[in-house]
Amino acid sequence: MKTELSMVGRRAPKIDAVKLVTGRATFTDDVEMRGLLHAKVLKSPHAHARILSIDTSRASEIPGVHAVITHRDVPRNPYTSAGQSWPEPSPYDMYVLDRKVRFHGDAVAAVAAETPEIAEAALEAIGVEYEELPAVTDFRQSMGAGAPIIHDEPESYGIYDASRNIAAHIDVEAGDVEKGFRLADVIVENEFDVQYQQHTCLEPHVTIAFLDEDRRLVLRTSTQIPYHCRRMVAFALGIPVRNVHVLKPRVGGGFGNKQEVVTEPIAAVLAMKTGRPVKLEYTRADEFTIARNRHPQHITLKTGVRRDGSIVANALSVLTNTGPYGTHALTVTGNTGTKPLPLYRAANMKFYADIVYTNLPIAAAFRGYGAPQGFFAMEVHMDEVAEALGIEPLEFRRMNHIRVGDTDLMSAAAGEGAGKKPRVIHSCGLPECIERGAEAIGWYQKRGRPGDGPIKRGVGMCILMQGSGVAGDELAGAALKMNEDASFNLMVGSADIGTGSDTSLAQIAAEVLGVPLENILIKSGDTDDISFDYGAYASSTAYITGMCVLKASEDARQQIVAAAARMMDEDPEGLLVHDEKVTSLSGKSVTLQEVALECLYGESKTVIIGKGSHATKESPPPFVAMFAEVEVDTETGQVRPVEIVTAVDVGRAINPDICEGQVEGAVAQGLGYALTEEILVDADGRVLNPTFMDYKIFCAADMPTLTTILVEAEEPTGPFGAKSVAEIAINGPAPAISNAIYDAVGVRLHSLPMTPEKVLAALDCRGER
Amino acid sequence: MKIAVTVNGTREEWDVAPAETLLDALRDHGYRGAKRVCESGECGACAVIVDGLAIDACIRLAAQSDGSQITTVEGLETADGLHPVQEAFTANGAIQCGFCIPGMVVTAANYLEMNPQPTEDDIRHVFIGNLCRCTGYKKPVEAVLASVSEEVGRRED
Ligand code: FES
Ligand code: FES
Repeated sequence: MKTELSMVGRRAPKIDAVKLVTGRATFTDDVEMRGLLHAKVLKSPHAHARILSIDTSRASEIPGVHAVITHRDVPRNPYTSAGQSWPEPSPYDMYVLDRKVRFHGDAVAAVAAETPEIAEAALEAIGVEYEELPAVTDFRQSMGAGAPIIHDEPESYGIYDASRNIAAHIDVEAGDVEKGFRLADVIVENEFDVQYQQHTCLEPHVTIAFLDEDRRLVLRTSTQIPYHCRRMVAFALGIPVRNVHVLKPRVGGGFGNKQEVVTEPIAAVLAMKTGRPVKLEYTRADEFTIARNRHPQHITLKTGVRRDGSIVANALSVLTNTGPYGTHALTVTGNTGTKPLPLYRAANMKFYADIVYTNLPIAAAFRGYGAPQGFFAMEVHMDEVAEALGIEPLEFRRMNHIRVGDTDLMSAAAGEGAGKKPRVIHSCGLPECIERGAEAIGWYQKRGRPGDGPIKRGVGMCILMQGSGVAGDELAGAALKMNEDASFNLMVGSADIGTGSDTSLAQIAAEVLGVPLENILIKSGDTDDISFDYGAYASSTAYITGMCVLKASEDARQQIVAAAARMMDEDPEGLLVHDEKVTSLSGKSVTLQEVALECLYGESKTVIIGKGSHATKESPPPFVAMFAEVEVDTETGQVRPVEIVTAVDVGRAINPDICEGQVEGAVAQGLGYALTEEILVDADGRVLNPTFMDYKIFCAADMPTLTTILVEAEEPTGPFGAKSVAEIAINGPAPAISNAIYDAVGVRLHSLPMTPEKVLAALDCRGER
Repeated sequence: MKIAVTVNGTREEWDVAPAETLLDALRDHGYRGAKRVCESGECGACAVIVDGLAIDACIRLAAQSDGSQITTVEGLETADGLHPVQEAFTANGAIQCGFCIPGMVVTAANYLEMNPQPTEDDIRHVFIGNLCRCTGYKKPVEAVLASVSEEVGRRED
């Protein structure tokens, strides 16, 4: 077998780059649709209310209005909008339209009309009578006695304790933490608070729904989860799965916000009702108010250590605000504990969480999936633990981090992997990441040198791990067909939402089949294809779908070898497929094109179709050591990130440009989370900053220098040794910057975002000013 | 009302509503490279060049553009191939989802006409009006620099 790789590991330009850079690529809304109707949703003006009556008669009579729907017009099938494998571990607590509204902006009714303006006018003509209910707008009050019950409807199920507004609950222990704490020489305890963060995908949620000539429902939609979407919409509407066809065009970013069924059900109902194509597109304000967000949390960490630096007990507890619906409630918070806790070796660990409902914006999946919250807390806390022991923080991490051969004690205990086989670490490039990252930032030269003057400098670091897919709960199916010119149609169910997965997957196929990249014609995310996939989430595509494409390509390769062996009258053993030909040890060769023509039109009359299906119990973690250098202005409290160094163990970089791009983008989003981004909500639960002007994401001029170091600790279970890369780096900026601020000015920030106000307040407390 | 515009060298007559934005008019007439993201001039995804200057088409009325010369992202490519900025974005891994990319490319191409030898800092500041949620801006900025450097071409590692 060939050992030199020719396609894997190359910085190949993305296969969709040219159409994207010329504006030819078609996103959901970039097609012409004859007879298209525009949908608009009537939104609740209250945080919590019962709908007593709705009068749609006036709205329906407006010329150009084709349909007005309310809860009376939709099936009452409880569902969750969380795009997860069936049966979803999120509570079934949503309805396409309901008799009750549970947050500002919750859907009350929807219309489809000839123009957006007519649709707006129709919304204004709908008369609704509400009975306002007391609302919970502080998640610390959700479980309190006398708090209004947000899900009092009997049909919802899967809620941990609806009577106390608890959507989900976690209580797991490995070993015995109480015993562990008794063995400790030092116990450190800290509390942390994190905010709502908005994904701000540039392309909003948008769906065009229509009926095809067979009266099947087609959803052309901006989604990360084409197959889950098909099943979930079918179940929610009570129609057969075979009557739904989901098409994912190019997608303008997802980050978890589109691991949700959001605009699809209402668009579907309106299309079925009118028989016309219907577009439902969120505005930017909708994205900020009624789409999804990262969960706010309050986190407590308690760690017991011995004088020698070993950790004897580690306990993390969380209170999470899921908003009015429990989409991803259990599993996101599951990751808040199960990702950071096992990073540090300790015989005794405990993880406790309540995920509670509020009448606030909806929280759900967001890149990192609970881990950014957990790592912010853990990695600032571990700096403080190291300090309490008088051990240099980088050294403390070197002493205690997980290594090859270790078992991840939390993996089997909570969240989506619950009850499954514990994860064993087969690859870990963390020592190299720490080494090279420290070198790149100048750790030993810069640490502890804040400088004189009002602007201080500091460096901080953190270490991270993530997963590659949901452990024990991933599946991908792909197929590949050979054409006359040795090109291959590759069909995968995964969704390239900008991540470059179409390109990485094509590189894997091209590598195995010995052809240039342009010979792979990939089609992804069409549920009518010979493919299947759980979708683009949990950093799964390169690892899971990648292995599946590897298998399908191997299957095709074997068929090619068999055909070539017949043609050359050679033993298939020992034949090599490379450079668009098949060669034998004795020096004979046939081109792949000759093989293809012979198969399709010669004696053998065979269509070469390779197929693959891949599932695994593994979810090998990628690792990161991240280093931040900051300037802190002690007069204004302004924190300016100067440089972020990310050394990341990706197993194998299938395409280094794509890997670096994932890291750089994740760092930028993580910087916003650390310093500037926060959805602000007033006492009534109304979002106060639904624009880019008032919700500050990093722009080009704000960015620090980014240095990305790819470390390749080959993962034996991954395609060509690859693990994941998409999410992990987003966990790092917040703790690394908080630790750097401490190095610069000696105050600990435990609350995100680390605004100038908070920095100044902390400095004032310390009497630093 | 009727307006006449020249889009990517082709003269067109459009019937537009008084409140219609240039972005909506362009998209309605098949120029869908410019994207609708914020509709308030905050993100640059809708950028097009009007009479020599890149502007946000979402905050300009179509009616204001009567008689204008407009270049959209679709018009940057010529018979000789991609614009150097497009070439460099493609070659340097600067594109992720691509939703912001038409606006970035149009903005950069227009800026380079005025400043053919920009510094990294210049480009970072030009891109203040172009939000991107995917790339962290590093590769797009590098791509613009690469497009004006001697050796526009593939880096291969
Ligand atoms: S859509 Fe025009 S600036 Fe954002
Ligand atoms: S590439 Fe996705 S927003 Fe810029």
